[in-house]
Amino acid sequence: MPKPLLEIERLQVDFELHNSRVNAVKDVSFTLGEGETLALVGESGSGKSVSSTAILRLLPEFASTQGAIHWHGSQGREELLSVSSRRMRRIRGNEISMIFQEPMTSLNPLQRIGRQVREVLDKHTTLRGQAARQRVVELFEQVGIPDPHRRVSSYPYELSGGQRQRVMIAMALACEPRLLIADEPTTALDVTVQAQILSLLKRLQRQYGMAILFITHDLGIVRHFADRVCVMRHGEVVESATTRELFASPRHDYTRMLIDAEPHGRKAPIAESAPVIMQARDLKVRFAIKKRLFRPTDYFDAVRGIDLTIRQGQTVGIVGESGSGKSTLGRALLRLLESSGEVHFEDTDLTHLDSSTLRPLRSRMQVVFQDPFGSLSPRMTVGEIVSEGLRVHHPELTRKQCIERVAEALQEVSLDPAMRQRYPHEFSGGQRQRIAIARALVLKPRFLLLDEPTSALDRSVQATVIELLRTLQQRHELTYLFISHDLAVVRALADTVVVMKEGRVVEQGDTEALFHSPREAYTRELIRAAFLDQAA
Amino acid sequence: MLIYVSKRLLQAIPTLLIVITLSFFLMHLAPGGPFDGERQLPAEIEANLRAAYHLDQPVWRQYFIYLGNLLQGDFGPSFRYKDFTVTELIAQGFPVSLELGLWAIALAIAVGLPLGILAALHRNSSIDYLVMGTALAGVAIPNFVIAPVLALVFGVLLAWLPVGGWNDGHWRNMVLPVIALSIQQVAYIARMSRASMIEVLGSHYIRTARAKGLSEREVIWRHALRPSLLPVVSYLGPAIAGIITGSVVIEQIFGIPGIGRYFVQAALNRDYTLVMGTVVFYGILIVLLNLIVDLLYSALDPQIRYDD
Repeated sequence: MPKPLLEIERLQVDFELHNSRVNAVKDVSFTLGEGETLALVGESGSGKSVSSTAILRLLPEFASTQGAIHWHGSQGREELLSVSSRRMRRIRGNEISMIFQEPMTSLNPLQRIGRQVREVLDKHTTLRGQAARQRVVELFEQVGIPDPHRRVSSYPYELSGGQRQRVMIAMALACEPRLLIADEPTTALDVTVQAQILSLLKRLQRQYGMAILFITHDLGIVRHFADRVCVMRHGEVVESATTRELFASPRHDYTRMLIDAEPHGRKAPIAESAPVIMQARDLKVRFAIKKRLFRPTDYFDAVRGIDLTIRQGQTVGIVGESGSGKSTLGRALLRLLESSGEVHFEDTDLTHLDSSTLRPLRSRMQVVFQDPFGSLSPRMTVGEIVSEGLRVHHPELTRKQCIERVAEALQEVSLDPAMRQRYPHEFSGGQRQRIAIARALVLKPRFLLLDEPTSALDRSVQATVIELLRTLQQRHELTYLFISHDLAVVRALADTVVVMKEGRVVEQGDTEALFHSPREAYTRELIRAAFLDQAA
Repeated sequence: MLIYVSKRLLQAIPTLLIVITLSFFLMHLAPGGPFDGERQLPAEIEANLRAAYHLDQPVWRQYFIYLGNLLQGDFGPSFRYKDFTVTELIAQGFPVSLELGLWAIALAIAVGLPLGILAALHRNSSIDYLVMGTALAGVAIPNFVIAPVLALVFGVLLAWLPVGGWNDGHWRNMVLPVIALSIQQVAYIARMSRASMIEVLGSHYIRTARAKGLSEREVIWRHALRPSLLPVVSYLGPAIAGIITGSVVIEQIFGIPGIGRYFVQAALNRDYTLVMGTVVFYGILIVLLNLIVDLLYSALDPQIRYDD
């Protein structure tokens, strides 16, 4: 074991909220050695971010922290919870740096990025003027920002999420810290960008010889990135081991459950003679970006001519990074968006139908969206949400029949029918997603568009929702169009996969074939970035 | 930038036209006319006067005559202030109103902004409660209540300051009207800057600034202040409009010879051309000031660029 750098002993964090006390971190102890990478793993609410934020005393004022955090820094061994604020400020950004989950909002939007990085140098080093500017350019080069001389005078809004995270890393590394705390630094990024940032961090770690405390919920990252792992749950460390040990022989039930929650299993193939349920020819969607008087409108082509055939009982997975047009494609197929090209559903040509003639068809093609918090009306009870479609499509049903159908649908998604009196805010993310699925199912659809239905959920919850979708598909011979950026989930659910990039299909084919021997370089990159190339 | 400005000015034309049309017809809907008074004019003289001012024509024709004159920059003669054109009256009153308004907006910013920021930095403390309580009262009490109370207390009871008059803009005459005019805006700006400062202090980039090792003072001055000004700056447009409307009342109460006062008297006297003149003038003023506010906003926020 390397020399200890950071020792956390019996850390406890409480939040005082409106006369109540929330015990976010209960009793956390761990040690991080010099140059080591330790991963703090856990699901939302496990206290992993709070623990790591407590190290630099960056928690909000209503948090109270107890225990001890020993830091072996430039001044020998000190206890960080009791050092003066002046000393704490000398440590922040200098001996210990931190990068965060939200690259889009973590930079000051009104300041040039070069200046924001230089501020750290001003604060902690003697570099000034030209020398400081030179160092910023050098840092930008190291973190892989193209054209660094020009980029220093950019504003954050001119940069992509990945580039902003690179700026954050440059800022964090400016003073060559001994420890970098990385709080879910890649969660908000596309998978190929995530892979680039992770390898950047690895390279810089070697170069600077720093330790990394890596907070994540993603076991795939942990497996490839960390030396040791602490698994957290409900504010406590339930297991801590080297990465190899942890994955080979997890001791704690919760750890085992987390590892099992990684998507697994494969979709059973459908009969080749299964009828075609939906077909699209040369589907195109364009959005007007800028409408101007007397001048041609500027357009953005979100979907640029896609052919797609979906058979009954099939799951077609659409993968791609943000902005690839996958959600737009899904919505255009259901005619939720204006498009050009042909769309056939069952025996009907949807292309020229107006909204009133489409309406009766809508009960047979339903949709479940990503955001389980935003997509359910907060002012309606679960019963009202689920039954609303029934009232539109089946006005002949009596009140009693409606309630029965709602109860049936709720049971299908393993929710207690008595819950129909309650409001969405009383439910967890996973339960809400079940409500959204029940809302779609109550109309007995044949085709379901699932737009990132599991992306906002913790892995363990995600696993149960995936299981539910599988069961429902078998029971009702449903056809799914499954949109996701998560290749592992798509691999577990889909018969065929369509890889999209910039509104076009890069590659499509049978799921297993595509994952085993991708033809296109972009597909290979995606698969590698999701750690699916080596994983068993 | 230049193209943007000219575009905005072009867009102001339909706005102004709507304002002119609405006020013209509303004004003529009100009963009475400029020559109705206690002293009845002989019928022939009134008929002559009406003909001279085209008042014998149908209203729609008067409207087009007015528009035609306006296009040539002619606001017409005042019906009541004989021997004065409307342009002359506005030129006389505007400097007074402008001075009053500028002081009021300056005071609103100079007092409201620091108070709001102070309250935000001491959130939920007694300072915060005091500032916000006072601000709430400031928002709630209309200026036509505040003005006479100020005049009563400081002018009559304490006799420190004059209760009215302009006296060529002597500072002693200005204190009470400026305060009465700005109090509501002080209160709004204080509440707004508090809210926006609190929001900014909770943002992710403030956490980043702290993680860099900056002191609280540096965090606030370098990273929190400018972003928290943005909503306040965008409120300046409505604030200016509020001050202009306020000045109509305040000038009347304190007997200040600005355009606000002319406006009220003109409306009461059915001095059609003077009412229209002030309305058009106010309209142009508000359009221009809003444009300036928007340009100021773009100077603060790099993401807003007016390049076409």
